[in-house]
Amino acid sequence: MALAPRTTRRTAPQDAGTPVAGSPATDAEVSLEPGVQRRTLLGFVLGGATLIAAAPMGAGLVEPAAADGIPSVPQPPEIYDLNDFLSHAGLATSLLIKIVINEDGTASFELPRAEVGQGITTSTAMIIAEELDLPLDRVKVTLAPARPELLLNQLTGGSNTTISTYTPIRVAATVARGALLEAASVLLGDTVDQLVTKAGGIIEAPDGRQVEYGELAVAAAARQDREVQVELGERRTERRVVGTPQNRVDALEAVTGRKQYATDLQVPNAWPTMVCRAPTLNGKPLAVRNLAAVRRLPGVTHVEMFDFGVAVRARTFGQCIDAVRAIEADWEDGPVAGEDDASILEGLRRAQLPLPALPSLPLLRTVNQDFTFYFRSNSAMDTNSAIADVRSDGAEIWSGLKSPVVAQEQIAAMLGLPVSSVRVNVVQSGGSFGRRLFFDGAREAAQISQRMGVPVKLMWHRADDARAGRAHPMCTSRIRAAHTLGNVVAFQQSHTSIETDFRHGLGEALTAFAADLPAGLGNLAFSETVFTLTQEMPYNFGAVLQTLTEADQRFNTGSMRNIFSPDVRAASELMVDRLASEMGRDPYEFRRAFSKNARVTAVLDKVARAGQWGREMEPGTAQGISIHKEYKGATACLVEVDCRPETVNRVVRDAVTGPRVTKVVFAVDAGLIINPTGLEAQMQGGINDGIALALTSSLHLQGGHFVEASWDNYFYTRQWNTPPEVEVHLMPSDSPQPGGAGEAGVAATFAAVACAVARATGEMPTHFPINHLEPLAFEPKPFVPPIPPSPTNGLRLTY
Amino acid sequence: MPTQTFQLNGERVSVDVEDDVRLLWVLRDLLGVTGPKYGCGINVCKACTSHINGRAFNPCAVPVGELSADDEVTTIEGLPATAGADLHPMQEAWLNRDVAQCGYCQPGQIMAAVALVRKVQREGRAISDADLDGIRNICRCGTYTRIREAIREGEAAM
Ligand code: FES
Ligand code: FES
Repeated sequence: MALAPRTTRRTAPQDAGTPVAGSPATDAEVSLEPGVQRRTLLGFVLGGATLIAAAPMGAGLVEPAAADGIPSVPQPPEIYDLNDFLSHAGLATSLLIKIVINEDGTASFELPRAEVGQGITTSTAMIIAEELDLPLDRVKVTLAPARPELLLNQLTGGSNTTISTYTPIRVAATVARGALLEAASVLLGDTVDQLVTKAGGIIEAPDGRQVEYGELAVAAAARQDREVQVELGERRTERRVVGTPQNRVDALEAVTGRKQYATDLQVPNAWPTMVCRAPTLNGKPLAVRNLAAVRRLPGVTHVEMFDFGVAVRARTFGQCIDAVRAIEADWEDGPVAGEDDASILEGLRRAQLPLPALPSLPLLRTVNQDFTFYFRSNSAMDTNSAIADVRSDGAEIWSGLKSPVVAQEQIAAMLGLPVSSVRVNVVQSGGSFGRRLFFDGAREAAQISQRMGVPVKLMWHRADDARAGRAHPMCTSRIRAAHTLGNVVAFQQSHTSIETDFRHGLGEALTAFAADLPAGLGNLAFSETVFTLTQEMPYNFGAVLQTLTEADQRFNTGSMRNIFSPDVRAASELMVDRLASEMGRDPYEFRRAFSKNARVTAVLDKVARAGQWGREMEPGTAQGISIHKEYKGATACLVEVDCRPETVNRVVRDAVTGPRVTKVVFAVDAGLIINPTGLEAQMQGGINDGIALALTSSLHLQGGHFVEASWDNYFYTRQWNTPPEVEVHLMPSDSPQPGGAGEAGVAATFAAVACAVARATGEMPTHFPINHLEPLAFEPKPFVPPIPPSPTNGLRLTY
Repeated sequence: MPTQTFQLNGERVSVDVEDDVRLLWVLRDLLGVTGPKYGCGINVCKACTSHINGRAFNPCAVPVGELSADDEVTTIEGLPATAGADLHPMQEAWLNRDVAQCGYCQPGQIMAAVALVRKVQREGRAISDADLDGIRNICRCGTYTRIREAIREGEAAM
C-alpha cells in the first residue's frame, strides 16, 4: 500500500546574488572541527584486578550547538553533517569505553562496533598502540557483545566508527599511560615527569632502570573508580603508529581459513537450519501440504511454519536445501505481487514533486533531465545468518550485527524474555554494505529456536539473500539547472525514492534527540534528516535546492555502502558535464572554477594531474571526472572507459561484459589518516562498487519478485570488469580528526564512470545500471521451489 | 547410512552420511572444517574452492559418494603442508599485499589462485591479464586489485 509521499526540502539561496565562479571557498567545517586546540578531557581509572582506564564515549565532541550557535546557513552538511549527528547522538548518555592492561603486558579493548571488513579492529589497535607505545600485536581488540547502556554508541554506520571513537580511545589510552607512569614512579622511586615510556611497553627511569607494563598492571589497578583529567596535546612525533601502513590484524586468520563467521561457530546442537520462502516477495505460508513427508527426509529433525516461511532443521545444510526444495506449500501473495519495475517506477514518478519556478533573468538557459536508478541488492558474501539458543529462561544469539543493542531489545520483546536474559554476541561478518544494520537472520533464528525448542544455526540460501534480502531502493532524480552569462544561477534536484528502512532502531532512538538539532532539522523524518545531512552540492551554483520524497513501504530496503549519495551525485555530476559543455568549458576546468571548497579542489587537481586529464583517447574510449564531499572529507575520481564494440561485446560465460573501465585514478582527503593501507583498501573496494552501480548490477522486479538468485544473475563487479589499473592517492591532511572511509569510494567512482560513458558514446546515460533495460543476461531460476538444486558435476569442472 | 572415506589434508577420514550430501556440508557440518565457505551452493561464487588431487574444484557441487578412498582433498587448512611450510607462498603474498577485507571469500580466492598458477606452469607459461580476468571467484568487498597483485607475487614464489 503505497503511502502518501513525505517530502523534505532545503534551499540554498546564495545570499550574495549570482555567485562568482572560482571565488574562494568558505569552509565552515574547518573552523568548527573539534579537537584542534589542546583540551583538558575527563577520563577514569576504574576499580579492578588490573589497570582499567576508561573514557566517556562522547569525549572530545563539541556539544551540539543551540540553534543560534550554528548559523542556519543553507548547506547543512557543510557545518553539521551525518557524522556529527551520529557522534552527537552518543552524547545523550554518559558511557564508558575501557582499555584494560593485562599482566602479560598486553592491552585489551572491546570495540563497541561491528567489524564487517572495513578494518576498524586494525585502526583501533593502532590508535591504542601509539598512545601506549605498545607493538601492534600486543593490543587485542575484540568486538563487544550487546551493551544496552551504550544505546546509539554501539551502532556501526555512516562510516562513522573512527570519527566517533578516535578521541575517546585516545583519552582512555592517555589515562592508562598516566596510571602506569604513576605506578612506575612508586616502584622506581622517581617522579613521574622523570620517567619515559619506551617502545614495547616499558617505562624507564633516568638511570636506565626499567619496568614493564605487565609488572605494573596490578600495581596500577584502582580499588575504587576515580576521575582523571588528561590533556590531549599534539600527538608525539616519535614512534608513530597512527598514519603508518599496517596490515590488518586479522589477516593471518583470514588467509588460513581460521577466521570465524557466524556459520563457522560450533555451538553444541545448533544444527543447520534453512527457510523455504514464498514465490512472491514477503508472501506468507498458509499451509504445508506434505509436512509429514518432509519431516521424514534424510537428516531432517524439525519442520515448522512461520510467517516468513517454513523452517527446516537438519544434520547438514545440504539436507536442509533438499528439504526446502521438497516442501509443497500454499502461499498468500506478498504485497507487491503482480508488480514489476515499470509499475513501481510509475508510482515513483507520480510521487515526484514539481520543481519550483526559476527566477526570470535575461538570457537564462535551462537544462533538464530525469534519471532512474533501479533496485540493487546489498547482499554480502556471507549471507544472513545467526545462531540462536533459546531456552525458557533465557537466550543466546551469535550474529554479525551492527546494531546489537536494538537487536537484543527487540528479540527479547519478541521472545517474551527480559532484556537481561538475552545475550547477543557480535561475530565478525563477511561483509555488510548496510545489511547488518538489521538483524533479519538473528530475529528469524530466535523465533525458530524458540518454537523448535533446540539451538539452530540459521543460514539464508544465496537465492533468498539476493531475492528477499534487503535492497537499495529504486529511486529517480529530476534535475534542472539554469545558467546565464557564464554562471550557473540555479541547480534543482528532486530525488524520489522507495522508502529506505531505518527501522533498525536508529530512527526511533534518535527521535528525542533530533528535536534539539540546529537549523530546524528536528522536524524531519529520519531518512529526510539523513538526506539533508549528507547531500551537499560542492559547487557555487547559485540557488541550490535538493529535495527528497519517499513513497512505498512494501520492500525490504536498507542502505548499501551509503544511502543517497552515489545516485544523487552521479545524476548531478552528469548534469555538471552537460552544463560545462553548454557553456563551452572543459569538465575539469569547469569543476575547478565552481568548486566551493579547497579540499575538493585539491583532490580534483590531484586526479587530473595524475590521470593526465585531457590526454588523447581512441574513439569509443573516454575519460570521466567527478568530485564528492562527505564523511568530513573529499574525494575525486578520474576513470577511463572503453566502450568500443569489441570490448562491449566480449564474451564471458554466464556473465555480462559491457564497457570496461580500464583505469581509475582516485584521490581521497580523509582528514587524519589512521592506516593508509586500510584506507587505500576501502577506496579500492568502493571503486568496484561504483563501477557495479554504473554498469552492471541491479535487481529486476518481475511478477512480484526479484528474479536475481545467484552471483551469476546479480552482476556485481567481477575480475573481467574490474579495472586492470587502479591508482589511489591519499592526500596529506593537517586535520587533527580522522574522516570516514568505508563508503567514501563509491559516489565519485559511480559518477566518473557515468560521465566517461557519456563522453565515450556521445549519449548521456539516464538510467542505472546502464544495462538494466537490456534483455536479461540469464535464465531466471524458478520461484517454486525457491532455491536451486545443488549441482552434481563438480568433479568434471576441475582445473 | 553408508560410510564415506577419503583423504583430507593428508589424513584418511571416514564419516557416516548419505552418498548424495555434497562434500561442502560433509566438510563444514560434519567434520568441522570451515575454511571452505558457502556463498551460493551452486558452483558460481567459488567461495568453497578447494583442491582435489591437486586441482581446483568446488565441493558444493560434488556428492560425497563420488569420492574414492584415495582421493586427496585439500582445503585451505591443508594448503601450507603442500608447500611443506607454515604458510603457502600464495598465502604469504596475500599477507604482503594485505588483500583480505572481510576475508570471507579469501580462502577460496587463494585456493583458486594456487590452482591457476599450477595450471599455467603446466602449460609452460606465466599468468596473463586474460588469466586474471577469467577468475570467477567473486569478492563482494571488491579486493580484486590486490588479488591480482598478490597472484603475481605468489606466482613468482611458486
Ligand atoms: S558455495 Fe561453492 S561455489 Fe559458491
Ligand atoms: S574480502 Fe569480503 S568478500 Fe572478499
